[in-house]
Amino acid sequence: MATIGIAFGNSTTSFATIKDGKVDVIANPDGERFISSALSYVDGDEYHGQQALAQLVRNPRSTIVNFRDFIGVPFTDINAENSKYAAHPVELNGKVAYEINGNKLSIEEIVKRHLKQIKNAAEDYLGQSIESVVITVPTNFTDIQKEDLIRISNDAGLKVKQLINEPASALLAHLSNKEQFLEDKLYVVADFGGIRSDAAVISVRGGIMTLLATEHSTKLGGQELDEALIDFFATDFTKKFKADAKKTEKSYSKLAAAAIITKKTLSNVQSASVSVDSLAEGFDYMSSINRLRFELVGRKIFSEMNQFIESLVHKAGLETLDIESVLLVGGTSNIPKVANTLSLIFPESTEIIAPAMDSKLPNPNELNCRGAAIQASLIAGFDYDEVKESLSPIVVNTEHISSPIGIKDVDGKFLTILPRETAYPIKKSISFETTTSNVEIQFFEGQRTIKETVLEVEKFSDDEDDEDEEEEAEIVKEVEYIPGTLLGKMVLDGVTSGSKVEVIVQINKDGKLHLTARSGSVVVKGEVSQSA
Amino acid sequence: MSFTAGASYSAAIKRPIEPVGPYFLAHATRTLKGHSWSEYEQIEASKNVVNVEEKDSDEALFDESISDPELLSHDPRDWKTCDLYAALGLSKLRVNATPEQIVKAHRKAVLQHHPDKKSSAGGLDQDGFFKIIQKAYETLLDPSKRRQFDSVDEAADVTPPTGKFTVEEEFYSAWAPVFVAESRFSNKQPVPQLGDANSTKDEVDSFYKFWNNFDSWRSFEWLDEDVPDDTSNRDHKRYIEKKNNNSRKKKKNDDNKRLSDLVKKVQSDDPRIKKFKDEEKAEKARKKWEREAGSRKAEEEAKAKAEAEAKAKADVEAAAKAGKEDAKKAKEAAKNAKKKNKRAVRSAAKDNDYFGDASKAAAIDADIDLLIESFDDVLLGEIAAKLKGANADAAKVIFVEVAAKQTADKKVSSLTYFK
Repeated sequence: MATIGIAFGNSTTSFATIKDGKVDVIANPDGERFISSALSYVDGDEYHGQQALAQLVRNPRSTIVNFRDFIGVPFTDINAENSKYAAHPVELNGKVAYEINGNKLSIEEIVKRHLKQIKNAAEDYLGQSIESVVITVPTNFTDIQKEDLIRISNDAGLKVKQLINEPASALLAHLSNKEQFLEDKLYVVADFGGIRSDAAVISVRGGIMTLLATEHSTKLGGQELDEALIDFFATDFTKKFKADAKKTEKSYSKLAAAAIITKKTLSNVQSASVSVDSLAEGFDYMSSINRLRFELVGRKIFSEMNQFIESLVHKAGLETLDIESVLLVGGTSNIPKVANTLSLIFPESTEIIAPAMDSKLPNPNELNCRGAAIQASLIAGFDYDEVKESLSPIVVNTEHISSPIGIKDVDGKFLTILPRETAYPIKKSISFETTTSNVEIQFFEGQRTIKETVLEVEKFSDDEDDEDEEEEAEIVKEVEYIPGTLLGKMVLDGVTSGSKVEVIVQINKDGKLHLTARSGSVVVKGEVSQSA
Repeated sequence: MSFTAGASYSAAIKRPIEPVGPYFLAHATRTLKGHSWSEYEQIEASKNVVNVEEKDSDEALFDESISDPELLSHDPRDWKTCDLYAALGLSKLRVNATPEQIVKAHRKAVLQHHPDKKSSAGGLDQDGFFKIIQKAYETLLDPSKRRQFDSVDEAADVTPPTGKFTVEEEFYSAWAPVFVAESRFSNKQPVPQLGDANSTKDEVDSFYKFWNNFDSWRSFEWLDEDVPDDTSNRDHKRYIEKKNNNSRKKKKNDDNKRLSDLVKKVQSDDPRIKKFKDEEKAEKARKKWEREAGSRKAEEEAKAKAEAEAKAKADVEAAAKAGKEDAKKAKEAAKNAKKKNKRAVRSAAKDNDYFGDASKAAAIDADIDLLIESFDDVLLGEIAAKLKGANADAAKVIFVEVAAKQTADKKVSSLTYFK
């Protein structure tokens, strides 16, 4: 019996399992690791994945794509824009359905068939039946949508043990991969998908993740880039042959399929060619495009991505300066330009985690399903009731401290022990060597300030014919915490210089802050309460 | 050493945390089970210790170095004749080695004996032993091939002891390892073991029952002659196959016989069997004794009664006999007393000089004789007693009186002197 993690997306679905302690992203029988979430019904046959997507050119009306977001949503509330060149959604009992060969197939039936295909592929690969699954969902999935998804998945034979949020899943995959759980950091998890983008600010404190803000956009994603590229090629085609490649649905779909491949190729190489036989009016189209051109074509979309992330950070009441790491997720994050433009809005100290920055990283499109697989294996030892119990509000809803707590070091600077947004109960300790005897330790709450450092521009002495261009001095901003409110003071008598001092900060369930300083046999304890 | 409290710290914000990851599970466990941090840390710490120990335990079971130096120079073409466990450094574990241990031991052996390592150390192409290691690994990881090898793994055999044992404990300690070694061939696990002097009869019985019906998976494919794989001579190939088949069957039969002989020998020598037989006998006797308790009691009673009767009879007889004798004695005594009295009476006249009438002595004697004749025993005694110590006159008076009384009673007549 195996457990798998499924990342069910609008454009692609992928699934993974843990094998010998390593995450294994499973390929379907066609060899795809990112299985297109598409179903096509032609001549009584069902096509799934890439095979179904290929039917978009010839049988667009019997090919269903981008249906995940329609789960559990009333027909009146949907945006059918993304189904323009495929089967159109119709109404059935107030919900979404598709009319295929005269039969109305409800969205639930479609999702069920899709998940069944996934189940078969997974069971074929693993050679054993699937016991339970963990599925990722966007953070703005409503409870009704979640319930519907669980029910449909159970009907399809995949018993759902837990639904987890996509950004948390991606971050779990990243942290497990890097073994960085215990580094307290603020992350932005930016998921640029096919037809939508989602991002979240997540604080990681003592291995516990907390969502601070989320942002969603259905107007931003790989499809926008595809369209920009299609427009570019179509204009080029018109210029060359005086024919419109977007006039018919068929020619549009042909060009779209070629453009998508070209876009993906450009993520890895500097230039790519595009070639479509008989694109429109019998003309073959053949052209090539380099990465720079593509980045120019998509410039508007890339800058929208920056705005999207900036608005998210502001929503969390933070500045981009506060963010320590940005984790890029989703197929579109493969594009090097996405990582490059994002690095412009963050300070240099912020780490951008994307394949463009570190080629050893796993494919960003895999992160969601990897996290789900890791979670699935973590909870494999628990039964359904235990998992349900651990998701109850009493466990999940936790108090988080609003300001960092730390001590003042020798230089008078604030030394963080518990960073802000740390969930408690928690216990953390640091240790240092004293330089004086009879140590005094002062406990503070940190106060956030922005430190500005002016970097002097180096003057080139040999550059005599310097024009009048006044080179502006660069100002580097960084967030710095300074000692704010004094929480308590401790004096350790009889401690010799050079001995080790351990400072333990602990917040109990009841919110009481316990401070302990210890050096050898000298122990001082104190207690600070929380203001109401 | 002091603590001065300052202001209280800022109010907390309640937020949901993401229910994913190992640390969330730890948090959930803590919250649901109500563990405090230090309790939780203790539990986690004890878990880690176990892990470390488990990791080390395998390494300790592997061989330090190659147990048989001959292996290093063994011809890899004859790898089938090697001790494959020893090649991987598993000579202590053998049939008990788990697949994980085999993988681990193989990794260790490869690191040590890889040709790259050997040639860099100056040796020429001495990859023979490495080939054996690879063959050993392939064989031991394949369950069916491993069984074939285990079947003929002589190094795991224990030679059965010979001769008889005078000390009972020696018997168990000598035979137990033989059965432990043979147990590895059993289809049914666990296998009952020999036990010791304290084993119960049931244990011993089930032990022999199991071993007399031993179901062995041992097979002898490993010792097959190589079947030529060229297709040139099909008849020859079939001939070899047939020969192999027959030899396997023969070896299997021999092995079954060997084991059954072994069990029979042990069974006949087993001191416990004798002990149990003796105990059984004693028990049987005791049972019989108990069963017959009723009739025995009746018999005893009858016997006692008969004895008592016999005794009573004997007593009576003895008493009667004694009475008779007493009577006889009394009679004799009476006779003697009578004689004595008669003599005393008779001599009374003579002793008293016939009362002065010596001339009439004959008449007096004749009268006294007549009188004595007439006396009964009682009167005779009385007269004798009266006469004793009496003087002549008194004696004469006594005679006269008694003569008058006897005459009056007409017991005597014709007295001449005492009329």
